[in-house]
Amino acid sequence: MNIHEYQAKQLFQNYAIPIPEGHVATTAIEAEKIVQELTHESWVVKAQIHAGGRGKVGGVKVAQTPEDVFTFTHELLGTRLVTKQTDCNGLPIDSVLIEKTYPIKRELYLSLLVERSMERLVFVASAAGGMEIETVAHEMPEQIITVTIHHATGLQASHCRKIAYALKLERAQHSQLETIMRGMVELFLAKDASQIEINPLIETESGELIALDAKINFDDNALALHPDIFALRDVRQEEAKENEAQQFGLNYIALDGNIGCMVNGAGLAMATMDLVKSKGGFPANFLDVGGGTNVEKVCEAFKLILADGAVKAVLVNIFGGIVKCDVIAQGILAAMAQIEVNIPVVVRLEGTNAEQGRALLTNTNFKLYAANDLNHAAEQVVAFAEAAE
Amino acid sequence: MSILVDKNTRVICQGFTGKQGTFHSQQALDYGTKLVGGVTPERGGATHLGLPVFNTVDEAVKNTGATATVIYVPPFFAADAILEAVDAGIELIVCITEGIPTLQMLRVKAAMQGTKSLLIGANCPGIITPDECKIGIMPASIHQAGVIGIVSRSGTLTYESVHQTTQQGLGQSTCVGIGGDPIRGMNFIDVLSRFEADPKTKGIVMVGEIGGSDEEAAAEYIKTHVTKPVVAYIAGQTAPTGKRMGHAGAIVTGGKGTAESKMNALKVAGVEVVNALTDIGVAMQRCL
Repeated sequence: MNIHEYQAKQLFQNYAIPIPEGHVATTAIEAEKIVQELTHESWVVKAQIHAGGRGKVGGVKVAQTPEDVFTFTHELLGTRLVTKQTDCNGLPIDSVLIEKTYPIKRELYLSLLVERSMERLVFVASAAGGMEIETVAHEMPEQIITVTIHHATGLQASHCRKIAYALKLERAQHSQLETIMRGMVELFLAKDASQIEINPLIETESGELIALDAKINFDDNALALHPDIFALRDVRQEEAKENEAQQFGLNYIALDGNIGCMVNGAGLAMATMDLVKSKGGFPANFLDVGGGTNVEKVCEAFKLILADGAVKAVLVNIFGGIVKCDVIAQGILAAMAQIEVNIPVVVRLEGTNAEQGRALLTNTNFKLYAANDLNHAAEQVVAFAEAAE
Repeated sequence: MSILVDKNTRVICQGFTGKQGTFHSQQALDYGTKLVGGVTPERGGATHLGLPVFNTVDEAVKNTGATATVIYVPPFFAADAILEAVDAGIELIVCITEGIPTLQMLRVKAAMQGTKSLLIGANCPGIITPDECKIGIMPASIHQAGVIGIVSRSGTLTYESVHQTTQQGLGQSTCVGIGGDPIRGMNFIDVLSRFEADPKTKGIVMVGEIGGSDEEAAAEYIKTHVTKPVVAYIAGQTAPTGKRMGHAGAIVTGGKGTAESKMNALKVAGVEVVNALTDIGVAMQRCL
């Protein structure tokens, strides 16, 4: 789960990580009030959305007067911001963060995440802050410093020293960095984060280190342990259809094509998309109906797929394991009867009771095509989709 | 021969009397798995499915001589269940549970270092040696005793591989679902090395997916350590970047963990990489 920058900064504050002085506003009037209390010569107004790349598309503006703060807030709120990390519809700006500006000497980078192959927490740091770390890793890998932290011993002073020297910090700044790193580790472990990123971590002209930006992702599997974190969720920043699907235990991700896919198992769902593409078709979605599939789930899955007007044909690919294929077939028939499905549906059933399942799907009044071979099923659905375009 | 489990493996079930534990334990018994008991705290002394129930894994091991366990407890109890099995000296721990927090798995893995226990999973279908021992949730009917070792990160793709190698008349020596979580027990290399050493295994099917770098690491290992033919398939060749495709481990970020990188690494290692899922069985037949 993602949270907003202002929420991440509030968490930072709880863990003694220095952040800019500022407040969040949801109206221009609020912004006006904030700026009156936040006496300073200039301010920054930052659109709060769950995506990066805001600065390049006008989502971060520097205001020289309180009037500017009001105007920028007024302009941003209620609109949608499209960045290179969002889709073409962008994300809604429901709040802005107003902060004092700081004289920046250097922009650094610091993040903490789980390194999968080493199975440890790892800090990634770089003197090349302010740009995407992937770009830095690609173009100047020598600029990337990492330190791994063992679970049994935790963060050591030497970990902090390694990064401090590599970033060429002044001796007096070492303890500042250590405070930040310690706060990040504590926050990460206490709240089951999956990534904490500070980009940029700025060094001000007076030598202070401040987290100018803040991004935290949390482990979805642990959210039930942290109601305080779960309360920070902003569903308006998430895909409505993906959330709807989740309520029915379905895993749905919308794509650009015209062939709806309904599959059991995440791996098989990805493999089915791959197969459809290799046959010249374009999947309209990724949809994993999960292991314990029943009639209700199949119905909801059909509804989700058909709500996408671009879908011209549907491929159902089920490998019946514990779930029997004849049960799935009954679910498909019930779903087709309940909701009007006027486009061709190709069904590939394999595994437990596949024969019985296929028999149920032949000679119906629906545009149902039971295939016993996955290759054939994929070719058939691609042909249907092409014919309909 | 087979790897890790055979007809003599004595298995217990943690979360034995729960809905999942009961259903799959019955399936395992029907298959002929030597299930010798189960563990559910506060239910010790009872009999379930005709087998003894114990309060602790330690008691279960002492009374049954079990060397393997399968875990069906809810996610927030699973880390504890794994560690309890480790403490009791269980050699093979198969954790089916989906949804264990990553940090809990990190701690579990750190605590397992230096012990004699092996972990399969979590978030996996389990392990089966056809006609001998089934530990997990895979459908029994598609398997056939034979010569192909299968190792996979995805449940349903394991079944596809099993189905295709059965259709080709090759059958399987042992199938191991290593699970879809980013931090897991046994990895490709742990399983590949055992297939290489197993005289019954003549060929290996390896099914990976996008995310992480385990397939690349496996490719390096195969290059120098595996002489048997390997067929590989990587799911998620067309998945968009930045999206988590169902499995917690299946995400492509910043050009890392792509299907392309994995497929190239495996090809360089001499692995027969198939583009389509449907070609796994045929390719394996051809490579033998």
